[in-house]
Amino acid sequence: MIRGCIRDMSMRAPLSWLKDFVDITIPLDTLVDRMTMAGLEVGGVEHIGADWQHDKLFVGEVVEVSAHPHADRLVLATVAYGQGEPQTVITGAPNLKPGDRGQKVAFAVEGAQLHDGYSETPRLQTLSRTSIRGVESAGMVCSEKELGLSDDHTGVIILDPDLPVGRPLKDALGDVVLEVELTPNLARANCIVGLAREIAALTGQPWRAGPAAAAGSLVPTTAYGSVASADAELCARYSASLIENVTIQPSPPWMQRRLQYAGQRPINNIVDITNYVMLETGQPLHAFDYETLQGGVVVRRARLGETMQTLDGVERQLTTDMLLITDDSGPIALAGVMGGAATEVTEGTRHIFLESANFNFVNIRRTSQQLRLHSEAAQRFGRRVDPDLTISALLRASRLMETLGGGALHPDIADTYPAPSSPKTIMLRAAEVTRILGMEFSPADMTRILTSLEFGCMTYHKNGDTRLEVAVPSHRLDVSEPADLIEEIARIHGYDAIPTTLIRDVLPPQRSQSHLEGLEQTRDILVGCGLTEILSYSLSNLDSINRARTEGPPAVADDYIGLANPISQERQLLRQSLLPSLLETLSTNRRYRQRMALFEIGRVYQPQAGEELPREQRYLGIAITGPLLPRSWHDADEPPQFGWTHLKGIIDTLVQRLNVPQVRFAAATHAALHPARTAALSVNGEALGIAGDVHPQVCERFDLAGRSVAMLELNLDLLLAHRQPRHYQPISRFPAVLEDVALVVDDDLPAQVVEDAIRAAGGEWLRDVTLFDLYYGEPIPDGKKSLAYALTFQADDRSLTEDEVRVLYRRIQAHTAAELGAAMRE
Amino acid sequence: MSVSDQNPLVDQLREVHTEALERLVLVSDLTALDDWRVHYLGRKGALTQVMRGIGTLPTEQRPQVGQVSNEVKSALEAAFEAQVGAIKQAKLAKTLAQERVDVTLPGYPVSLGRLHPSTQTLREIAAIFGGMGFQIFDSREVESDYYNFELLNIPPYHPARDMWDTFYVNERVVLRTHTSPGQIRAMQAFHPDPIRVILPGMCYRYEAITARSEIMFHQVEGLAVGEHITMADLKGVLVNFARRMYGAERQVRFRCSHFPFTEPSVEVDMDCIVCNGAGCTLCKQTGWLEILGAGMVHPTVLRNGGYDPERFSGFAFGMGPERIMMQKYGIDDIRYFFSNDLRFLEQFG
Repeated sequence: MIRGCIRDMSMRAPLSWLKDFVDITIPLDTLVDRMTMAGLEVGGVEHIGADWQHDKLFVGEVVEVSAHPHADRLVLATVAYGQGEPQTVITGAPNLKPGDRGQKVAFAVEGAQLHDGYSETPRLQTLSRTSIRGVESAGMVCSEKELGLSDDHTGVIILDPDLPVGRPLKDALGDVVLEVELTPNLARANCIVGLAREIAALTGQPWRAGPAAAAGSLVPTTAYGSVASADAELCARYSASLIENVTIQPSPPWMQRRLQYAGQRPINNIVDITNYVMLETGQPLHAFDYETLQGGVVVRRARLGETMQTLDGVERQLTTDMLLITDDSGPIALAGVMGGAATEVTEGTRHIFLESANFNFVNIRRTSQQLRLHSEAAQRFGRRVDPDLTISALLRASRLMETLGGGALHPDIADTYPAPSSPKTIMLRAAEVTRILGMEFSPADMTRILTSLEFGCMTYHKNGDTRLEVAVPSHRLDVSEPADLIEEIARIHGYDAIPTTLIRDVLPPQRSQSHLEGLEQTRDILVGCGLTEILSYSLSNLDSINRARTEGPPAVADDYIGLANPISQERQLLRQSLLPSLLETLSTNRRYRQRMALFEIGRVYQPQAGEELPREQRYLGIAITGPLLPRSWHDADEPPQFGWTHLKGIIDTLVQRLNVPQVRFAAATHAALHPARTAALSVNGEALGIAGDVHPQVCERFDLAGRSVAMLELNLDLLLAHRQPRHYQPISRFPAVLEDVALVVDDDLPAQVVEDAIRAAGGEWLRDVTLFDLYYGEPIPDGKKSLAYALTFQADDRSLTEDEVRVLYRRIQAHTAAELGAAMRE
Repeated sequence: MSVSDQNPLVDQLREVHTEALERLVLVSDLTALDDWRVHYLGRKGALTQVMRGIGTLPTEQRPQVGQVSNEVKSALEAAFEAQVGAIKQAKLAKTLAQERVDVTLPGYPVSLGRLHPSTQTLREIAAIFGGMGFQIFDSREVESDYYNFELLNIPPYHPARDMWDTFYVNERVVLRTHTSPGQIRAMQAFHPDPIRVILPGMCYRYEAITARSEIMFHQVEGLAVGEHITMADLKGVLVNFARRMYGAERQVRFRCSHFPFTEPSVEVDMDCIVCNGAGCTLCKQTGWLEILGAGMVHPTVLRNGGYDPERFSGFAFGMGPERIMMQKYGIDDIRYFFSNDLRFLEQFG
């Protein structure tokens, strides 16, 4: 549920810009807190001009610029700054030339703290009186870099002409930028207007829409061209305007500042305006050089094999799923993603054809992902944009092009909107709000909250049921059902104001967790046996898998579930065994630890024929090596080392504690294990796993040469499934009779067979059979071994007589002789 | 008594008594003690000798002298027994003193293993929620896109898909990016019964392996579905969890967030366990640490699980045991959890 980049949009919002649309009257800390709690997480707050001293940095006006008497590259600028007489200072800025006057500049007086304009890394220094080539200078006209605004030190910063001379720079240019991190559902707030709307609702302030610009006629065909959408599903709306006779020039300082504070680099007035309006309204815009267009604009899917060169100069291969803006000549833009190189606005552009359109978000996302082309526009379109927004954004940008570019907006607005979105209404029952949130809201409170978010509300009372008929504003593309409104009510009211209760609902039926409990019991038994639990990656690779195999054909990737998009060679196949990672763990720890006793309980993944999903089973792996106990001063010179018999003891203990008496061992071979010291485990005849000493060649490959390593791997799900219920055995009040028996049998006869035969012959009175001696050598002949067992006979209801025990003893003797050729050793 | 004034035997008895006790004090081993017993209390001992004289006394004096002699005999026998005990005790004390060990020497090593820190935390979480009626539901790791995303209200190409970087087996099969598909599986298994389960398990993300991000991690999802489950209940359960997991004094806040499968959605923060909310590097100066994501189960998800959202409601939450460990212990590198460095694993439990 959690984790990952759930906030994948981030918006830098200058407070001054937000204030164009909403009054912010609460302290900054409160605002930040309220926004964060409402899902508009403020990840950072940047104070621009925080270190500009009120009495040292001012808005200045250049009164006169004259040449420096002794230096060609320097000029003397006389600056009025509202504090006494104008000062004359030296500057090398290329944008102040002799004869200039009237520019508003950032003026610093002696004692001002400024960034070093020539330092690579930010460094503050105090401005002091200097003399350059015989001319004294007490102040400074500052660059962006010296003010800490950017790295730009190519010239002095030019301010807006209407700023009053003498105003402290901090008041004129200082700002607070909120870095707001947004979840995908908050795409509407990924712009200044969107944020201002949220702030208005959260702080109870009215929201100020921008100046409503009256549109001329909205028609698909205008005097300057036509627009058409050939695919209404992928392009719901296409609007455009024509701004004639613009002058391409830098945008005004205030716009450059805002773009800069919002994280964008100013380019020229036309590009800046499209970016500015996109940041402000959330509507991506694209400006074409009108004179490069040929005929009417048609939005259509790309044709098979079609290509186009995008703005970044790359020739793009298109697929028929991709949406294009075209004219008579062919593609002129990759819709919603990037413009084409051929129709780009340049220094020489005179007329702007401005596009404001609405594209299908899924299609834009797919195109952007397929071409690995991520633009600001694609990012916004990919998260849905309100189709009702095209015209207002278009007009906002067009008017700015008039005022800042000297152009004239053509009275006709081109617009095609084949299937206009219809207003949504949602019925919200008050009882539903209470049912979900666990607290009651009055209709008046709900109406107040929803109205503050621009929802329309009508309250109805019917048969004691209160309902709100809620009209959804067009920009709330994320709201379609009552649950969405309940979230809005809770969010604006504040989650912290919802009460804290424990569940009153009925307790669900409690089900058996036997298998899961078995897993935990297994862990506890193994920890008790001295093993430490590890957890390894489920993703492995062929190299590692084959390193743990000495014989047989090597593993091939086709037999494994593999990743289509692995992040590394090392982690690309889903494991089918725990052995390779156990060996790797021994290998990586060998330098720090002599004694290693490890286990892992983890899933393995087997492909299943005809099934999409693999079979996932939990396996148990064990690896032991080194001394039995941690090193201590009690140790003998050569402390006993882990090996097969210790592993066997651990397995016996596990099987006994889990109560799976049906587990059997038989000699076997395995690609990773010692050929003469390997056991296959089975339960009720089903293969359960393998255990044994690790093959010396495998040890070598894992840098464990010379070590004795024993390993087990078994199917833990299968083992747990065969657990037997425990039965209480009353403790007999009658004495037990103890007898020893030593049997001489063929050396290759498994001990388990001998014990099984003894038990079979001994019957119910034979309570316990314990092997206490294994002997080879004189007087036992070669090829034979002697196995000595302690036998315990006991009955529940009486003392067994000597005769009864003797009969049983003879029966054991006769049975083992007949079945196994065993000879009794005296 | 006036007897002693009249009878020299009484005086002798007194003398023997006094002398015997004086001698007894000097006896320090059991052999010498036996000699003492023979000397004073034996058949030929000093006391017997004196007592033999009683027969020579006039009849009327015998009872009084006899009584004194019995008293002396009893007293000496008692003194003897006491001395036997004292000597044995002294001997034992001496032996024990010789058996001194250096109690600060390390003991004989015991072989007891350890659980992986993630297992320890998973158990802790399971125990806390177990107390609130949540059982464990086990679910698969290799999932269909359908369960991992679509049934959780995340259609293909939906912007919310960007929230998860996904390992794909093929177009239709993924390594689960969260334990949330288990929510659907639990609902499908249990409907129309009410549900209270936690779903612990391994999840996978297509991420570079760094100190801060792993391709594999545990998650514990929680799910409660019933006819009267509210957001207030969600808050109550999670506040109780946080205080048991991190300490009774912890402050918890619920911040609006977004998950496609819950609505309303919340992220749960706790006052920073290092600085107690004052601001430090762990909490990035905010005073808060995010510990959980949660929310009310989205109606679409309830429906996909087989529950009528008009009648049933539910909440879900998710947390990461490794992240909990990192916060609690100040572990600065998530890679330790699955790299199996015993120097790390042996620090826990």
